[in-house]
Parts: sequence; C-alpha cells; structure tokens
Amino acid sequence: MRQFIQSLAAKHDFRPTHLLEMLRAVQARYHHIPGDAVELLAEALRIPRTRIIDATEFYSFFSTDPKGRYELLISDSITDHMLGKQELMAYLAGKLGVAVGAVRDDGVVSLDNTSCTGMCDQGPAGLVNGYALTRLDRSRIDQIAELINGAIPLEEWPAEFFQVDDNIRRPGLLLDSPIAPGEALKAAIARGFKETLTEIDKSGLRGRGGAGFKTAMKWRFCAEEQQTERYVVCNADEGEPGTFKDRVLLNSFADQVFEGMTLCAAIIGAKQGFLYLRGEYLHLHDKLQAILTQRRAAGLLGTGILGGAVDFDIEIRLGAGAYICGEESALIESLEGKSGIPRNRPPYPVTSGYLGRPTVVNNVETFFAASAIAVHGGDWFAASGTEKSQGSKILSISGDCARPGIYEYPFGTTVRTILDDCGASDVLGVQVGGPSGTFISDQEFDRKLAFEDLATGGSFIVFNHSRDILAIAHNFTHFFAHESCGFCTPCRVGTSLLQKQLDKITGGHGSAGDVVALEEICRLIKTNSHCGLGQTAANPVLTTLERYPELYQSRLKKISFEPGFDLDGALETARRMANRNDAAAHLQQTAAEHE
Amino acid sequence: MSKTITIDGKAIPFIDGQTIMEAATAAGVYIPHLCHHPGYTPHGSCKLCNVRVNGRICSACTFPAAESQDIQNLSEELNADRRRITQMLFVEGNHLCPGCEKTGNCQLQAVAYHLNMLDNHFPHFYAKRNMDASHPDVLIDHNRCIFCTLCVRASREKDGKDVFAISGRGINKHLIVNAESGLLKDTDLEATDQAANICPTGAILIKRTGYTVPIGERVYDHREIDAVSLEEERGEHG
Repeated sequence: MRQFIQSLAAKHDFRPTHLLEMLRAVQARYHHIPGDAVELLAEALRIPRTRIIDATEFYSFFSTDPKGRYELLISDSITDHMLGKQELMAYLAGKLGVAVGAVRDDGVVSLDNTSCTGMCDQGPAGLVNGYALTRLDRSRIDQIAELINGAIPLEEWPAEFFQVDDNIRRPGLLLDSPIAPGEALKAAIARGFKETLTEIDKSGLRGRGGAGFKTAMKWRFCAEEQQTERYVVCNADEGEPGTFKDRVLLNSFADQVFEGMTLCAAIIGAKQGFLYLRGEYLHLHDKLQAILTQRRAAGLLGTGILGGAVDFDIEIRLGAGAYICGEESALIESLEGKSGIPRNRPPYPVTSGYLGRPTVVNNVETFFAASAIAVHGGDWFAASGTEKSQGSKILSISGDCARPGIYEYPFGTTVRTILDDCGASDVLGVQVGGPSGTFISDQEFDRKLAFEDLATGGSFIVFNHSRDILAIAHNFTHFFAHESCGFCTPCRVGTSLLQKQLDKITGGHGSAGDVVALEEICRLIKTNSHCGLGQTAANPVLTTLERYPELYQSRLKKISFEPGFDLDGALETARRMANRNDAAAHLQQTAAEHE
Repeated sequence: MSKTITIDGKAIPFIDGQTIMEAATAAGVYIPHLCHHPGYTPHGSCKLCNVRVNGRICSACTFPAAESQDIQNLSEELNADRRRITQMLFVEGNHLCPGCEKTGNCQLQAVAYHLNMLDNHFPHFYAKRNMDASHPDVLIDHNRCIFCTLCVRASREKDGKDVFAISGRGINKHLIVNAESGLLKDTDLEATDQAANICPTGAILIKRTGYTVPIGERVYDHREIDAVSLEEERGEHG
C-alpha cells in the first residue's frame, strides 16, 4: 500500500487540493479508505489526518468500512421510483443475496441507494464501481447477478448496460445551431474581448444553474479585481434530482462548453480553469479528456491560444457524491480538496474564490450559451425569451410523459405547451426546478418558464394522477436530510426534524397540530439556514402543503395527541418476555377509542 | 465622524473590517451566540446570532458592518427563532443539565435561560454518542457537542496544534481528534491548552476540577448571559 499511495501522491504532485482524486483512486482499489491509507496520505501530503477522515466521511462515494468488489448503487430519485425502482431493488437484493446498505458475506458485492444519478429519462438507473448503469429491469438484473457471481470484470460486461442516450427531443435556439470549435474565440478576437463582454451583457444572459445572476456582471466583477491570478470554474455538479441536461451538453457539445470557459478566461484574464464534474458522470471523464487534448492540439487551449496572447488550460476534477457541491462556494471548497461546506459570504467567489483568488463559477449551460453569443451577438440571443428572461432554457424532462429527454424553449413558454410537446396526459402536477423548486398543480399550467415566474435550473418532472403527492414530498424531504452538509444548526437538525415530522404524518401517526408543527419546522429551516440548500430544503413540503392542505390533514388521526411511534408495537418485547398475548396486553390506538 | 450602523433603532459606531457582532459587542449590545468567540475567526454555524439586516437574515458574527445597515436584533420574531434553534441543539445531542458538571457555567444552558426556553419542543434524537476518557487530564463527552468548532479553532489558531476537527456530513457530524487511534490520549493536547478550556458546553471538561465551584455559585447561576458575555468579551477585546 505504501508504494501505491506514494506513487498516487506523486502523480498529483503531493497537492492537497487533489485529495478527492486520490481518495477516489484509493476507494477504487481497496473499496474503502483504509486507516493505513489515511496515515500514508496525511504523511505524503503533509496535512492532518483529520482532514482526510472528514473528506472520507463527507462524500457519499467514499467509505470507512469495506464495500464489495462490485459496489452497486441504485438511484433513489423520485423518477427512478416512478419507473419501478423499489420493486427492482428488492428483486436485485434477493438475486444477489445482499441486503440494501450491506456487503455480502463473501465481500464480492455491496448494494445501497444513492441520490439521483441524472439518468431520469432512461432509468431506473444505478452505478457499478462509479460507472452509470441505465434502463435496469429484471432481465438485466438477472444478467448483472450472473456477471457478478462469475467475477466478470466490468470491461467485459455488455456495453449496452452502460449506454447513455442524449434523447434530445426538441432543440431550440442553442441546440439547433452549435458552433464549430474555435468559432467563438475567433469571433471574440476579431471583435475584441471587451466588446464581446458588451455583447454578453446585451444578450441579457443570466446564470443557468437556477439563481440567475447576470453573467456579464459576474465576469466584469471578477475582471475588475486587483488580484490578477484568477480562475474559471464550470459547475458540472448537476445534482438536482431530475436534471440531466448538463450531461447531454458535455456528451455532445463539450467543445462549445470548453470554448465558453476559454472565452470567459480571455475576458477576465484567467490562466487556469476547472470543470467540476459530478462523480456520477465518471463515464464522461475520458471522453472529455480527449476533447481537451484535441483542443490543445488545435491551439484552442494552452499557451498563446489561436496565436494570440491568451494562455489558458482546463483541468477536469471529479466530485464524489455530494449534492451540496453544486453550491458555488461548496464546490470551490471541494476543488481545494476539502469537504463541501458553503462559505460565509461576503466575500463572494468573484472576489475570493479558489485558493482565495477571484473566481467565476458558472453552470455548463451558461458557458455553452456564452460561446454562441460570442458568435451570433447579443441581439440574436435577446430576441428570444421575455423582457426579464432573455434567450432560451434547456430542460430535462422526465416522469409521466411519452417522450422524456432534452427540450429547449425560449423563456416565456407555458407549462401547458411543454406538457403537450413531451406527450404528458392526465397530469396531476409538475415539479419545476427539482426538489428545491416548486410543485405546481394542474391549475397552473398557464404559468411561464421565466426567472420572473417559474425559475428553474432545468429539472421538469411530470406526475400523473396515479401518483401520491405525499410520497413525492417524502422522497424529496429525505433527499435533503441526506444531502445537508451539517454546517449550520437549522439545516443540519431541521432537515432531520422535518423528515421525522413528515414520516409521522405519512405513516399515519399524525394528529391535530402536527401539520402546524410541520409548517413551523419548514419556516425555521427556510428562514435561518446558511445556504441555498437549507433555504430550499422545505420547498417540497411548503409548495405541496400550500396547494393540497386537505391532503396533509386527511392523514391526521382525529385525536388531539398521537405519539410519534406505534404504542402497541413498542410493547412487543414486553409481551414476549411476559409470555402474554391476551387482550389486556395490548394497547389500542384507534381514533374511535379516543373520541 | 465615525461610521454607524443602526441596531434596534440605536446608532452603533463601527470601524471598517468589523463584523456586526464586533461592533455590537464593543457598543454594549448583546446578540445571542454560541459558536462566536472574540478573537477567533468567525464561523457562522450556530445561527443564533441571525439578525435582520435591511430586512434580510444575516449572521451577525460573519457579516461585515457597513453604513446604512438597519439591523433588527431583539425582535420577538428573531428571539422566537433563536429559541427554536437552541431547542434543536438540545434535542440533537443528549443534554441533561442536572447531571452535567458544566451546569451553571454552560453557555448553551445560559442562552436557553436567556431566551426563555421552557421545554425542548422537538422530539429527541437520542443519538448514540460516546465518551473519550482516555486522556489523563481532559475528557470528551460527545453527547454534549454542538459542533461550534471553538475547540478546533482554538487548537489551530491559539495553541498552534491541530487536535480537533469536525468530520462527516449532515446529522452524522461529529468531533474527531488527530490521532491514529482516534483517542484523545494519543494527541498532543494538554489541559492548559485553550482548546481544552473553550468549550461552551460540557463536551470538553478538565478532569479532577469537577464541582470545585458548587452549583449555585457558578457564572450563570445569578447572572444572565448577556451581561456576562458583554463584560467578558469587551474586556478580552479592548
């Protein structure tokens, strides 16, 4: 092990910023992070071992205890549930002879849930040793079980198990007219970088991750900083359940995304950029590296880009399973090799970002759009959309519809139009913007996709009338409790309290007052949390409670107080010990008895 | 003329670079807090010091004071939320004041008194947490840790060591120590270190000093935390 760790650390120049990369390699080899590896890494990188332990415990894809040689993780997104994930998971566990959350006795295979893997249009999905599995069904599971039991290496598994489709159903402004490599940079050089920033300003482009900060303003702020060592970061930590458009952009339009990053670097004066790729998209890693190599060969990256004065290169960094790293300052912490805890602001990343230097962090789609604007001009982009939301938005559509996949619409498009296009009928409601967004009911389909109405990072999950709204809120609420970084009290404790309170109600143990208590927890988390995760973690409950209060009330028992647990069930051990099972040894808890 | 911010209608002077908390403390205005300590890098995690700055919630301990800030600190709304956040800390860990050596000297308890917290409100987590009594002079009772990171910061910033860290994610967060064995006895912590003496709760205690001051004669037994805190923190800082 010593030799392995030494050469691993050397490969990364002993830089603690690359800790996640190293831990990924250790996990891949040993299927956990052994204590000895922690010691050796701490020694090699000259950092306290506590930092390595923290990172190991923080990121979902690292583990302190050994996992199986085949680490199977199944996506627990609501969209996977809708495609029969729960039943399949039980089948898989039975077939492999391993419990969910456990390692089989022979150490060959482990099985667990994981947060949405971004394959919502081709689920149920999962990961095996980090690589995406799509379209799981019983026959595929039968084959997987055979392959695992036969100790067949992943390289020899059928390629179709790992096939990931783009499913671009409706290209629009941007997807219809992709640019050629170098086209945006040449246009920007011809026009001038300053003038190109003016075009981006004129285009009205706002951040496509969901928050919607004006892109040109962010770039200008960064460029105006005194400190001249600056960075460009592309946020490809696409973790919002139901979102997968960045995966498609990186699979088929990576050149244009990298070009947008290079354009930004030229404008703000950065020499180094990072693509922070979520760990779930490991399957894209080698392909993206090859594109970077091509771009270097073509003079589009490296020293003296296109024969000019711009020097810039891009490094790909992989995440390790943490939704919070989509928050820009948490992402920067993660890039620095630490656990993803959002920073206190101010200072903002444009002032003090990666290694304390001015940093622009933008979404994949933002860079993708910026390149097109550099080529076609700001007016071209601004001609689409609404007054306050210019241009187009790329949506990831999944759930109950005939044609899930990627759709691009000008801002201002109504939900109704989108539902018609994707072949959705009998629609109960739509989750717009993922769990952190809004649940809209069938009374609101004339609402529009726009920052001023329904803002979204791109997730669009359709639910038909066969779906249970409380089950949806339940899935999302558990997601947030799992993904809370734990830094601040309201989110760390609040999301767990919210989960318990919702479980109490959906489990039939709620009574009068419990919905009010639920609402109070929601408000506390939303108002007092440190970052966007906490501030939106209660949205699944709040937005459904606002629309369907009767649904929550209907789950309550008609008594004034109900304990949060099953009273009679709690007596089971006592009954067994007393060897009794007569009526007097049981407690009744029915509403009738109390009324 | 010095620059000012307004807290609850009162003009408070500040100098550039000060946080709202620092300006308030210097002017004798108490903002409830647990993870903040004068002279330490602000952390901003407990969220007790949330105030409304021009209508927006901000943590006073990390947010820079700036002119034209109209700040609400002692509103009923803010204190009600602070009470709930304190209750969250109580139910998350296992805080049994009557059996804790820190009672009367505990800031968590004192803040709870100050905010008129009369019950725990939320269901208890009954988290299974361990103790580390391995060190000859210092004891960790993880049941009482509120993840304020004061010991972490004290060790790094004041003692020049790196004994403590907070590890893990979400509700599974926990305090760890820098030793291969994971035990406090194998770290270079000494009882005289600031890190061993900074804990606002009874999570880190010095051995063989228990009950030298009888219950009833302790810091917060007769005085409110706002007065004590202002006196100590203004003294320490200037």
